[in-house]
Parts: sequence; structure tokens; C-alpha cells
Amino acid sequence: MNNPPDISQDPSEHEEYAHNVQKHVRGYLMVGALLLSFTAITVALSYVNFGTPKANIAVAMLVATLKAGLVAAIFMHLAAEKRLIYRVLVFTGFFVLGLFWLIFLAWYDYPVVR
Amino acid sequence: MEIPYTISTRPDTGLWNAKVGIWLFLASEIMLFGGLFSAYIFLRLDARPGEWPHGLLNVPVGTMNTAILIMSSVTVVLAWAALKMRRYRAYWWYMLATILCGVIFLTVKLVYEWPQKFEHFGAYIKPEALEKYEPYLGNKHATERGLPPRLEISGHLHNHAALNDPNIKEYEVALDPVNADPTNPALDRPHFFYVPPTDKIAKIEKEDVERATMFLPTHSAYFASYFTITGLHGMHVLGGVLVFIYMWLPVSKRLYQRNPEHLANRVEVCGLFWHFVDLVWIFVFPLFYLL
Amino acid sequence: MIGIQYGLCGLVFLLFGFCLMMLMRWQLAYPGQALPVIGRWLPYFFGPNTMPDGKMTPEFYNSLGAMHGTIMIFMGVVPVAFAAFGNFVVPLQIGAPDMTFPKVNAASFWAFAVGGVVMLISFFVPGGAAQSGWTSYVPLAAISNRGPGLNPFFNGQTLWLVGFIFLITSSLLGAINFITTIIQLRAKGLTWMRLPFFVWAQFVTAFLLLLAFPPLESAIIMQLMDRVAATSFFLPSGLIVNGVKMDISGGGSPLLWQHLFWFLGHPEVYVLILPAFGIVGEILANNSRKPLWGYKSLVFSVLVIGFLSFVVWAHHMWLTGMGTTVSAFFQTTTLLISIPSVIILSAFFISLWGGSIRFNVPMLFATAFLPMFGIGGLTGIPLAFNSADLYLHDTYYVIAHFHYIVAPGTLFGLFAGIYYWFPKATGRRMNEFWGKVHFWPSLICMNVIFLPMFLQGMAGMHRRWYDGGQGWTLSGEHIWGLSGFQWNTPISWAAWIMGLAQIPFIINFFWSIKHGEKVNDNPWEATTLEWTAPSPPPHGNFVTTPVAYRGPYEYSLPGGERDFTMQNEPVEPTERTRRKTVEQPVLV
Repeated sequence: MNNPPDISQDPSEHEEYAHNVQKHVRGYLMVGALLLSFTAITVALSYVNFGTPKANIAVAMLVATLKAGLVAAIFMHLAAEKRLIYRVLVFTGFFVLGLFWLIFLAWYDYPVVR
Repeated sequence: MEIPYTISTRPDTGLWNAKVGIWLFLASEIMLFGGLFSAYIFLRLDARPGEWPHGLLNVPVGTMNTAILIMSSVTVVLAWAALKMRRYRAYWWYMLATILCGVIFLTVKLVYEWPQKFEHFGAYIKPEALEKYEPYLGNKHATERGLPPRLEISGHLHNHAALNDPNIKEYEVALDPVNADPTNPALDRPHFFYVPPTDKIAKIEKEDVERATMFLPTHSAYFASYFTITGLHGMHVLGGVLVFIYMWLPVSKRLYQRNPEHLANRVEVCGLFWHFVDLVWIFVFPLFYLL
Repeated sequence: MIGIQYGLCGLVFLLFGFCLMMLMRWQLAYPGQALPVIGRWLPYFFGPNTMPDGKMTPEFYNSLGAMHGTIMIFMGVVPVAFAAFGNFVVPLQIGAPDMTFPKVNAASFWAFAVGGVVMLISFFVPGGAAQSGWTSYVPLAAISNRGPGLNPFFNGQTLWLVGFIFLITSSLLGAINFITTIIQLRAKGLTWMRLPFFVWAQFVTAFLLLLAFPPLESAIIMQLMDRVAATSFFLPSGLIVNGVKMDISGGGSPLLWQHLFWFLGHPEVYVLILPAFGIVGEILANNSRKPLWGYKSLVFSVLVIGFLSFVVWAHHMWLTGMGTTVSAFFQTTTLLISIPSVIILSAFFISLWGGSIRFNVPMLFATAFLPMFGIGGLTGIPLAFNSADLYLHDTYYVIAHFHYIVAPGTLFGLFAGIYYWFPKATGRRMNEFWGKVHFWPSLICMNVIFLPMFLQGMAGMHRRWYDGGQGWTLSGEHIWGLSGFQWNTPISWAAWIMGLAQIPFIINFFWSIKHGEKVNDNPWEATTLEWTAPSPPPHGNFVTTPVAYRGPYEYSLPGGERDFTMQNEPVEPTERTRRKTVEQPVLV
């Protein structure tokens, strides 16, 4: 889904431009509705036991990631953003996941005293 | 010399300056909340069985707050779209809606949710005294059902003086439902709707208590992380609301008349920040309220 | 302008941190003895509990240690190397009229100033300044500076935390500004691979600051909560202090603080060195009258350093009991990151080969940087190994290692930069003779101070002993026939002499602003764009917007009239033909 393009300087083209942006507006409203329903789904799913606590957490995080993805892609225009922004975010994501994962590794890797 | 590319895009990057700037700022914010989330993860992993509580937060209110924040995300992007379409009136209304949603979110949190916690009391029972308070903890029942043990008795504290006065030897607590009727299977899982403390009073000796406070940050690792993360998040919401108010006041109308694309860009940049704030909440909500 | 503000502020803080160190050296060389003259009025300045009768208390020594580290790094080197030089030189070198966000820049400076003031105020509150090391390890940091007579909020450690938040905010805002400016405001024709190496170094430094500082900020917020709101983010259950079980909720983890701290801490040390690499690169190319060797490898190396610096942090935590798997991971990444550093240093050395070298003061500092950084870097290698570090951790070996990199390393780079770009900022040159008077004693003293510290460390002398190891010496321990303690006296004297050697620099600096030898816009006959601007640069930096036609180090172009060609000189058609026919290696 592309971003609404920049408006032209020619006032006679404004009406057509406004019509184009209107199409994006419908998309925003749909995504908003989707997010609200996903919220309800998250709450409902939290009352279902998926077996282990890990599984419960995984399901909740999956739904949360989907919602976050929608916000990022559509509301924050990431789906049609420039390469530079992607690169910055990919590195950031890598480092924050590295922070979690490496601390996790260090947390549970210690010599066992015999 | 004027600084280039404040409104028009630079050809080889396709971006205008503030857009690069805000995404960089958001990258740093991801790392900031990442640090706090890592604290949540490791404090929770390190908690003894039964130490990390569930169901202490009001789920319907939290869900409503989540919905309010999502709606404010929708209204802010509609405000930006209205500006791009040069419809100032529509922009003004959508921006007002966004501000109101933000204010409602903060009000619910600061006037209802947090104070309700501050007025709630919880006492962690010493391991050797758990047997004695079995009628309130129901640990036999919990072990039978494969649930984690219950280590805490909570409810409304009747004798607040007991918190600071060393001469008062016991706490008088109007018990929460889960402590008033611990063996009831319906109370194994936290209730969706908030149920206030019952009328059943229990007297808990201070010497059996490992630690007893109101539900403040100092109470447990859970509340420490809850108040810190939602507090920092709330400060970001407040900051966003204040900036939006500035963009909604008549001073923005003047900028709109001078250079509407400039205002549209500013609204987009602040909108991006606002969406990020919404994003953080999308993760905070299940982690604290539901899991 | 902001660059100069940052520079002066940062230099003042640097001097203050240096004075703190000189105080510490007294205690180390003559432990328990009263400091003559100065010792009598210091208690009036720092408080009567700090130096009763002019003798330093252990608590005050610890404060000096913690604050020396904090002030030098976060209020001295980072503001000068990154903010000051960056704000002044980078827009000029990329041909930009200003930074992209001037108001954000101003906010960044004022956050820095407020943070600095808060840090300094912490000396004067009851209980004194923070005394838990610049690393502020918990649980000590969470419980120190507390007790009867001490304010629950206005105490040294809490103020340290608050001041730090301001300093971090300042760096974050600055980093955003730098990155956006370098991406968006490069002049026409200035492609990425035509950027001066200094700009690349600042670019990577800004990314390190942007992404590595926030987790520390979150950890600081949590430590603040621990101190002010009685939470237990970092306090474990069952914590006993002075024999008394603490009334805390427990459940926290001291290790979490260390992980979050060093997640910043390691990129931070690269923040300290990369701008100096950039400065030295510029000066070496200029004063050897030939291009930097291996420009592409230099760029690649800084990018790799930037990336890897995020995944090496646990080498500061070898003694926390990590297991072999995670230790192996971090050892590998730590050794890997030494490779690009060696590439950069080697490229610099090779750049000198065959050049016609001019030894002016900037060049003296820049060439001295090379072996000094070499020693610092090479001595880091044993520390990268879990097994060797078991013995060397928290000893003076570590102090010597990192000081070699920052003191005769980065600081020499910064001095070089000040002498080099002073003419651009003021239109006048600093005095060469006094510059040399500044240089030679500094170089010699730096080595007399830090070289013996390696021996002290290997002899086992611990890093934070306030008596300089005297107690351990008096117990009769002699290792290697040389007691580590006895080195303290020559080290301290060298430190004080080095302090004296900075006086000509300070006088030279301020005197030359008004009375230095007037020079034209390009006194060093350099090639990069900042030398096309007027000295000092006006508002908007340039009279006409520069356009770049060539690379940054076009020195000694074959067939050229002068031994340098500026970046904004168009490439003539005749020149192009000449380059095609003459059998010369293509520069850059």
C-alpha cells in the first residue's frame, strides 16, 4: 500500500488529489477496525489455555506482533517507506533482539558446581 | 542560507529531514523500551513459583484504554490525511479527537487505575507460616490442580496505622475473593471483571509476614516493572498530547496558511511518534494485564 | 557556534576531571598523609568530612574515582570529540549551511550543561558525590549515599543518576542531528565515498550513541526507582548489608544492571576513539601530502567496528560466572572487533610511507597517537580472553590499557584537532613553539604514568584500593621483586608534571584567539571542503555553496601545479586526459 503522494502545486489538481487520498483514508479506517478486533481476540485468547505458560505467552506475543505490524506498516507508512529507514530499523531490531537473546544466554549459562 | 530539504525531499534519499530525524529518534526509543522490557523478562524469569502475580490488573479497563489509544492512532492519521487534502476543518476535529483520546487514556490511568492499586494491600507470608494461613491461601488445592502456590494475602487494609506503628502486631484485612474462598475452582483463573474485596476479615500476624505493603512500586518486582513501564509510557503519552495541543491551537492555522505542506509534515512526524507510543502499549497490555 | 560552546565547556570539565585525578594520585603515592597547602583549603571546598586535616578519607577517594571517570568520559571526551568537533567541522566538511535541526542542537547543548551542573553539584551535597565507581554497580550503588543526615533525593548517587539522564538525552539529540545532517545535507557531488574519513567516523559514532545509550537510560531509571521508590529491580532477595537483612521486596538482579550498563559501556569506548581516528586521519593525510592509504578499508573498518561493538559487551563481565558457551561467543566477537582497529591503524601507518612529512604541532600529536593507541589496543588482547582476564580483571592493568587508548590516544587526537582547526575557528594560528612545549612533556609523562601501571596490574594491584596497595605491600608480599606500590610515587609525580605541561596549552589557546599569527582561509594547504569557507565561518558557513568534484585527499596529484587540489576544484578535461595516459596508480 503506497503512501499518498505529495500534493501538486497546481490548485486545479487538488480535487483529484483529494479523491486519491480518500482511498487511503478508507484503508486507515479498515485497519483501525482490524486493530480493535485483534484487541478483543487477544483478550479472549488469554482465557484459553494452550498447554504450557510458554505457549500462552507465545500466542499473546504473536497477536501483539501482528497488531504492531499493522500499525507500523499502514499507520506509520512503513510498507512504502524508503530503503534508508528500513536499514536503520533492521539494525535496531537486530540490536534489541541481540540484547534480549545474549542476556538470556548469559543468564542461563553458568557452570554447575559439583 | 536556509537549510534545504525541510519540506521537499532530497532526490537520492527520497526523504525530508524531519522524517529521517523522527525515525532515528524512534529507533532510540525502541532501544529504551527494549531495556525496560528486558528487565521485565528477566525479573519474571527469576521469580520463584507463585511470586509473579496474575490477574491483579483490571482487564476491562485496560482493554478500553487500549481501544482508546488505537482510536487515537486512527484519528491522528486521519488528521494528517485531512491536511494533505487541504481540509483544515476536518484536520482540526480529528486532532481534537486525538488529544481527547490521549487525555482520557491518561486520566483513566492516573485517576482510576493507579490509585486503585495504591489503596490495595498485599502481604507475602513467610514460608514457614504458609501452613497457618492455608484457609486463606488454599495451597493444597492449588497443588492438586497443578497451579503455582499462592504466597500472598491481599485485600483492603482496615488498620492502616499498622503499616508504620511497630506496636500494632497484626494487619486487619478485608480479603480479596481469591483469599476469601481459595478452594473455589472458579477463582483459579483471574476473573475478567474486577471483583472488589469481600467482607470477610482476616487477621494476619506481623511476625508471619515476610513483607507487607500497599500495591506500590516497592511491593514486588511485578509492580516495580508495571509502574515504571506504564509510568514512562504515560510520560510519552503526555508529551505527545502536549505537542498535539500546540499543533491544534490557532498558531497552527497560521502555519497552515503560510505553508500547508510544512504543517502536514510536522503532523506526520508527531503522528509517527504517537503511533510508536501506541505500539509500545500494544505490547505492554498483554504482558502485564493478560499474562 | 554550538561546537565552540561544547568545546569550551567540555575542556573545562576535562580540566576538572584531571584535577580530581591529581588529587587521587596524592593519596596513592602518599597514603594517609596530609596534602600540603592545597589540603588545608580543600575541605572548605568539598566539605569537612572529605579531607579532615588534609588527609583523604576512603569515601572521598572513592568519590574522586567515580567522578573522575564519569566526568572525563561523559562530560569531557564525548562532548569535545563528538559534539564539539562534530558540530563545528562536519557541516563544513560536507558543505552544509548548518545542522538539520538547529533548535534540537541547542536543546542538546543545554541538556548537557544542566547534566554537567547536576553532576558537579553532587560534590557539595551531604554525603558527597557518588562513590560507587563510574560503573555504578548495584547493590552498592543502590544503597550508597544513604543514611541519617543524608537527603533521600539530593544525595551524590541519586544526583549522579539524574545528571546522567540529562547527559544521555543531550547525546541522543546530538546523534539524531548528526546522522540526519550527514545523510541529507551533503553538498552536490559529495557522494558517500568522497566523504572525508572524519565524517565517516562521526557518522558511525552517532549511530553508536543513538542505539547504545537508551538501554543504559532505562537501567538508570530503574536504579533511580530502586533508590527513590524503594523498588528492587537490581536488589536480590535476602540482601544483607552490614549484617542487617534489608527491608526490600527483593527479586531483582545485580547482573541485569551490569548487562544493561555494558551494553552501552562497550559502544561507548568506541565512541571515545572513533572521532580521534577521524581527526588523526585528516591530519596525517594533510601533513604527509599524500592521500590516506586504503580509504575503502578504512570506511569498511569503521562500519564493522560500529556493528560489532554491540555484541561484545560481556567481556567486561568475565568474572560474573558466565558459562563457557556464552563466554566463547563474546570472546570470539571481541577478538573479531580487534581486526578492523588493526586495519585502521595499519592504514594510517602505511599512509605515512613515502610522504613528505611536515612536523607541525598537529602532526606531532597525530603521529604520537599511532604507537600510543597501538600499545593500548594490543594490551587489550589479553583482556579479551576469559582465562587471562580472570587474573587481570579490576587491576591496574585494565586501567593502563584503557588510559593508553583514551589519554595518549584520544586526548592526543583531540589536541591535534584543536591545533589543526583553531585557524578555521578564529582566523589565527596557535603558537608553534608553545605547542611543542605542550607536546613533549605530555608525551613523556603519559608513558611514565601508564606504562608502570601494567606492571602494577600484573603484580596484582587492585584498581580501587584507596591506599595504592600500601596495605598489601606492608603485609610483606613481594612479587617480581618489585612492589607495585613503589611505582606510585614516580607515577604521581609524572601526573603532576603533566598537569603543569597543560598550562602552556591553556595560555596558548586563549592568547592566540586575540594575538595569534593571522592566517588565510587554508593555512595548512588542505583539500577538504571546510578550508574553502571563510575563517571564522559566517552564519550559513559558506559564501557560495560548495560543489564537490573529487575525493577528499587529492594531495600530490601527478601533473598538478601545487601539491594539493581542493575538493571543490572542477576536474578539467585536460586533467582527465593526463590521468588516463600517465602510468600512475589511481589515487583513492
